[in-house]
Amino acid sequence: MPEPILQLLLIPLVKIVVLLVVVLLIVAYLTYAERKILGYMQVRLGPNRVGPKGWLQPVADGLKLLVKEDLVPGGAEKLVFIIAPAIVMVPALVMFAVIPFGEPFEVAGMTITPYLADINIALLFILGVSSVGVFGIMLGGWSSNNKFSLMGGLRSAAQMVSYEIPMGFAIISAVLMAGTLSMVGIVEAQRTAGWWFVFPGILGFGIYWICGIAETNRNPFDLPEAEAELVAGFHTEYSGMKFALFYLAEYANMMIVSAMAVVMFLGGWLPPFPNLLAGLWASPALAWIPGVIWFLAKMSFFLFCYIWFRGTFPRYRFDQLMAVGWKWLLPLSLANVMLVGLGVLLLKG
Amino acid sequence: MDFLVSHFAEILFYILAALAVLGSVGVITLKNPVNAALSLLGTFFIVAVLFVLQHAEFLAAVQVMVYAGGIMVLFLFVIMLVSVKGLKTQAAFLSPLVPVAIIGAILVGALITSAVLLGVFATGDGGPEALQMVDGAVLGNTEAVGMVLYTKYLVPFEVVSVVLLVAMIGAIVFGRKDRFIEEQEGEVGS
Repeated sequence: MPEPILQLLLIPLVKIVVLLVVVLLIVAYLTYAERKILGYMQVRLGPNRVGPKGWLQPVADGLKLLVKEDLVPGGAEKLVFIIAPAIVMVPALVMFAVIPFGEPFEVAGMTITPYLADINIALLFILGVSSVGVFGIMLGGWSSNNKFSLMGGLRSAAQMVSYEIPMGFAIISAVLMAGTLSMVGIVEAQRTAGWWFVFPGILGFGIYWICGIAETNRNPFDLPEAEAELVAGFHTEYSGMKFALFYLAEYANMMIVSAMAVVMFLGGWLPPFPNLLAGLWASPALAWIPGVIWFLAKMSFFLFCYIWFRGTFPRYRFDQLMAVGWKWLLPLSLANVMLVGLGVLLLKG
Repeated sequence: MDFLVSHFAEILFYILAALAVLGSVGVITLKNPVNAALSLLGTFFIVAVLFVLQHAEFLAAVQVMVYAGGIMVLFLFVIMLVSVKGLKTQAAFLSPLVPVAIIGAILVGALITSAVLLGVFATGDGGPEALQMVDGAVLGNTEAVGMVLYTKYLVPFEVVSVVLLVAMIGAIVFGRKDRFIEEQEGEVGS
């Protein structure tokens, strides 16, 4: 087989397939983990009937949702109603293309990068694509012709537009420290700096993480689907696989937010303090663990936090949500950008 | 096949350009305002891809980010101000479109003429390569845009931001006026 075809077509194709399969598997088992962990937090067992300890529960759920009747409400705007779940799901998966999961490695004389693309606007790309995902939720809520759905969609839009701004500023603080918008470049900058950006940028990290939870509509920011007020929010009228797409996209977005936190603030695939520990006994032990494992372990921590928060915090009221976003996070994130900018100027200039 | 490979970018450009025109026609012809706004979103997306084809990645990403947020607000206005049931019986309002169409045709004609006159299609000073360079070094589109924006065009940039701020404050003042008066009257009453 000629070399260019292998390099340009086959390897990316294999990577795409592997990425999609792994992401969807993690997403499926994230739902299982959530039910199990919440179960233990609430002193009950969680799913334990399908397979040993309930391991096959996600498979059973998937099959059930596939064969369920797919309803379209009578007064719905049919075309929009059908494409809305796709508008949510596609951006959620597309964003994984720029997430660097590890460092390049060699297989049969070829260097394989464990990411699909290292583009010089990766962070902007993710921000842009994620803002498209909001449309799916909005359109789904609007096209259902149901007041609960509409309220859920409107809440989601208001929430995401509000929290996108402090999130953008928190990301800017990480970009200031790294000096690049490329995800791989940010991780490499943390290797040169010798520490993860979470230490100098703890404020930006906190703001990013709070906004990330709000952007994924998770507890305590899950007002768009507050069951006590809105039945199920924007996906009230959705059933079968369309509902499953909304559901899976939410978990895929959680993974993206976690992965971005890992890349920007926790050193991506790097072990802790890559330079400081170089001479110490711990260094070879930590370096022996492959980067991908480091990455996934850090990401799992954030995913666990998501579930932990859901088991712990009560939901915000809507005016509290807006007050936190506009009166606290936005000024804080602006101050943080100035602080970090000043620090970078003093240290590098 | 060879033709396809060597002219891939150009072929892609013409397909995307046709889609963009189609999308923008959809914006003004679709009766349902939500569908029209969706069409607008699609058009902006294709324009972003056109930017990528010209190696202006930064512009492409910003285009999607800014306009996605902007159209979101447009959606909110449509949903809040127009009821869904009222839309289906509404007739198309073609007659006011005629003068608009004439103005549009003149503008498009002017645009094409100026494009040809300025030689946009010839690579030169404003070509794709210039968008990647800072002081002769190839750094990438983001750096190049930043350098140009904060050095060469600093004054217009600042003026535009002040103008936008004025518009924003104006909107807030208009939006709050009624409530402010009500509060004051309430205080007098109590």
